[in-house]
Amino acid sequence: MLLTNIETIPGKSITVCHGVVSGSSVRSKHVGRDIMAGLKNMVGGELRGYTELLEESRAQATERMKAQAQQMGANAIVNVRFSTSSVAAGAAEIYVYGTAVTVG
Amino acid sequence: MEILFLLAFWTIPVVLGYVFGRMAEAKHYRSIIAREKAFVHLPATSLKTLLGDGPVARSELVTGSVVISIDHFKKAASALRSVVGGSVKSYESLLDRAKREALLRLKESCPGAHEIVNVRLETMALAGSQPRQVTGVEVLAYGTAIYYVEQAGAA
Repeated sequence: MLLTNIETIPGKSITVCHGVVSGSSVRSKHVGRDIMAGLKNMVGGELRGYTELLEESRAQATERMKAQAQQMGANAIVNVRFSTSSVAAGAAEIYVYGTAVTVG
Repeated sequence: MEILFLLAFWTIPVVLGYVFGRMAEAKHYRSIIAREKAFVHLPATSLKTLLGDGPVARSELVTGSVVISIDHFKKAASALRSVVGGSVKSYESLLDRAKREALLRLKESCPGAHEIVNVRLETMALAGSQPRQVTGVEVLAYGTAIYYVEQAGAA
């Protein structure tokens, strides 16, 4: 599965367009991470726990999107966009969407 | 006595934040500048077209992200700033660091690439345990890494 965030796959041409595919994942931070982050918060700086958490949830959302594209029989997803929102205190939604296509 | 406790409760985080936050920020900026110099050969553009010409061997979606929080001194300083208005320097430097760090991580995730096109930056404020409290900010940078076919004699 090829993924790009431009309209085409460079060096290849799109033969079939299957439509929009998307994947989402909502994750909440766990208590241990939250306490550590609280301490780190006092002095500022990177909150590594949260960086990893969001990375994991982004990977999961991307997997879900890929699975959906595979079901449609696509072999690439173009124009991929990431979108995030903090839905509630302590939870974040990661949403990934793109256009499933077949390239040849 | 009670007043003293309350004062300590509010000033200790602010003082700690000032001392360690300043140190951490200076250290982070030094590391950002050094790494930016190291990656100057890998251009990242927000264009949808490629900079170079020639056959493309491979292209892939790459991401880089970081979560950075603000220290208590800066939080207090920005609260004071919001009384009179104007530019909030403490948040400006926070976001600047986060964006540059995310871009660097984007580049570090594909060291062999020749260029990165269509780079987009996405920012999300992470909500704290209390409503409307912002504990940190997440910046995500993503783009398409382009690998050209290596040509004999090409630089």
